[in-house]
Amino acid sequence: MGTTLLRKVWDAHTVRRLANGQTQLFIGLHLIHEVTSPQAFDMLRARGATVAFPERTVATVDHIVPTRDQRRPFIDVMAEEMLSSLERNCREHRIRMLDLSSGLQGIVHVIGPELALTQPAMTIACGDSHTSTHGAFGAIAFGIGTSQVRDVLASQCLAMDPLKVRRITVTGRLQPGVYAKDVILEIIRRLGVKGGVGYAYEYGGDAIERMSMDERMTICNMSIEGGARVGYVNPDETTFTYLRGRPFAPVGDDFDRACRWWSSMASDPGAAYDDEVTLEAASIQPTVTWGINPGQSIAVGERIPAAGDQEALEFMGFRPGEPLKGTKIDVAFVGSCTNGRLSDLREAARIVSGHHVAAHVKALVVPGSQSVRAAAEREGLDRVFTDAGFEWRGAGCSMCLAMNPDRLEGREVCASSSNRNFKGRQGSPTGRTLLMSPAMVAAAAIAGEVVDVREFAAAEATLGR
Amino acid sequence: MAVERLSEIRGTALPVRGDDIDTDRIIPARFLKAVSFDGLEAHLFEDDRREADGRGGVPHPASNPAYAGAAIMLVQSNFGCGSSREHAPQAIRRRGIRAVLGQSFSEIFFGNSVALGMPCPTASRDTLAALIETVEADPATEVTIDLRSMRVNAAGQAYEISLPPAAREAFLDGSWDATGLLLEHFDDVRAVAKRLPYVTQAW
Ligand code: SF4
Repeated sequence: MGTTLLRKVWDAHTVRRLANGQTQLFIGLHLIHEVTSPQAFDMLRARGATVAFPERTVATVDHIVPTRDQRRPFIDVMAEEMLSSLERNCREHRIRMLDLSSGLQGIVHVIGPELALTQPAMTIACGDSHTSTHGAFGAIAFGIGTSQVRDVLASQCLAMDPLKVRRITVTGRLQPGVYAKDVILEIIRRLGVKGGVGYAYEYGGDAIERMSMDERMTICNMSIEGGARVGYVNPDETTFTYLRGRPFAPVGDDFDRACRWWSSMASDPGAAYDDEVTLEAASIQPTVTWGINPGQSIAVGERIPAAGDQEALEFMGFRPGEPLKGTKIDVAFVGSCTNGRLSDLREAARIVSGHHVAAHVKALVVPGSQSVRAAAEREGLDRVFTDAGFEWRGAGCSMCLAMNPDRLEGREVCASSSNRNFKGRQGSPTGRTLLMSPAMVAAAAIAGEVVDVREFAAAEATLGR
Repeated sequence: MAVERLSEIRGTALPVRGDDIDTDRIIPARFLKAVSFDGLEAHLFEDDRREADGRGGVPHPASNPAYAGAAIMLVQSNFGCGSSREHAPQAIRRRGIRAVLGQSFSEIFFGNSVALGMPCPTASRDTLAALIETVEADPATEVTIDLRSMRVNAAGQAYEISLPPAAREAFLDGSWDATGLLLEHFDDVRAVAKRLPYVTQAW
């Protein structure tokens, strides 16, 4: 019987079985940022330990960076202290730091892949739950807590419970105007926000195989919102083509040899899964969340469910049976590690081109990394956005969460390309988030309300995949 | 690292009703802006508390002085979902809570709590409902979680609880010093690194 990628990667990285039944797993790449690492370095110091493999950890700064004025010292003294503390720790322990002046800084889950630090068949850990993003390359990547960041620093290892694998097959073609974001929102809606607890999600099927790496990252990114700590796609030609020539990828003959190893680590045909689920791509609609967790979503043309969770309805101010389309928005946010990559900005730019943001809407585009920002500017996307009345910002997490100056005020409603619509997530305790694809955010920004991007008049001519 | 054995947690309880309470609600992101965990407990459930307390009806349990000295927190299903932030269990632990009993927990929250020495056993939905009702009716009720017999006792009633064997043993023999454990056979760690082509670059 065939073996899954999860099992192969797991076995290749197993140091030993621990007495308690857990596996001691070697971590191939450790990514750190300013929020969850300072306490870990303190714990390390408190035990008098050092960093075991400093060359296997890479740091960047993303959560707290202001996206408008990035001059140092930051105006926010706490943000400045967090960044300085990370810089100090990296210097002291000889860890590579991709800081604001490097030209390579950005959201940790955007820069790992684009620099090819992320590679197939690696184990990757980061003190951030969206580490599942890196699974798009066929890596086993997961979020960890601060004590575990300490453990990886000290030993390059983690004690892990075994994971089951659920194969999620998406077959057929997506309709025009339907994106990877809609696919993952649909998966979470069907399987629930805790359906993936104890599982790694393996995404496959021809719809996934046709997807670009950016799209695969969007899918894997939100695995955690479905309760799965790990989500992955088997590495293939798309993966290898993406990686070739990037800064940390193997070069020359090494690259070809690497491809052979990576291919050998993919799930075998006929591998046994603990569970299997199949979705028809053609049945997926542009999807929008109406509630306070990412599973509370509907197709944009549907009405708010009659049996909707009371707490969510109350918080969001929706009545059962009400259409979602036509909901006024106050803020439009394109960005985050889910949808802050170049292809996301291109899609959004296609929609807004030649239009203007509705008068009552504040709209911003925040590239996921400095490289994404530079590439977008080379294509003139920044002009498309600013001409349409969007703000064009520096790279960072921005309005995905409230740790920098970008945040909602009061009960504002935000059309957001990010990944979490939890109460208070975007900075205001009463602020409301509607998750959707970047194209849908762009259309909402122009219309001033939730619209179906497929019906969005000017978009029609340019849509199509 | 504290390597204290933990087999029984006894004290009053803090009941927090609701499924899918995520870490953004346990500790809103704006309070993560610090380089240490000190003082986090002051902001535990801050936004939920403000919302509930502001309504003027029943205050949020975390604001209710009747539950002030609680050692055990009672929650419902999928508690601690969302962000991986260890700040969430840290804020709970720093408030004096030594165990959280719930119907289910997110994996990352559960792991982070074990790392702090704060067990998160689970019990059935009915058990949690009964316990929460008992404690709400009388906040002085003493609740005992026993990791040896895998029972929780309150007001003369005993209920079954469960905890994965790995976590249970870690508490019973005080061996949750994960770092120490991982460093025990460091030669084996080096051996694994030496056979991974991306580490050696010998593709
Ligand atoms: S963009 Fe959002 S989800 Fe992604 S790492 Fe930053 S804060 Fe986390």
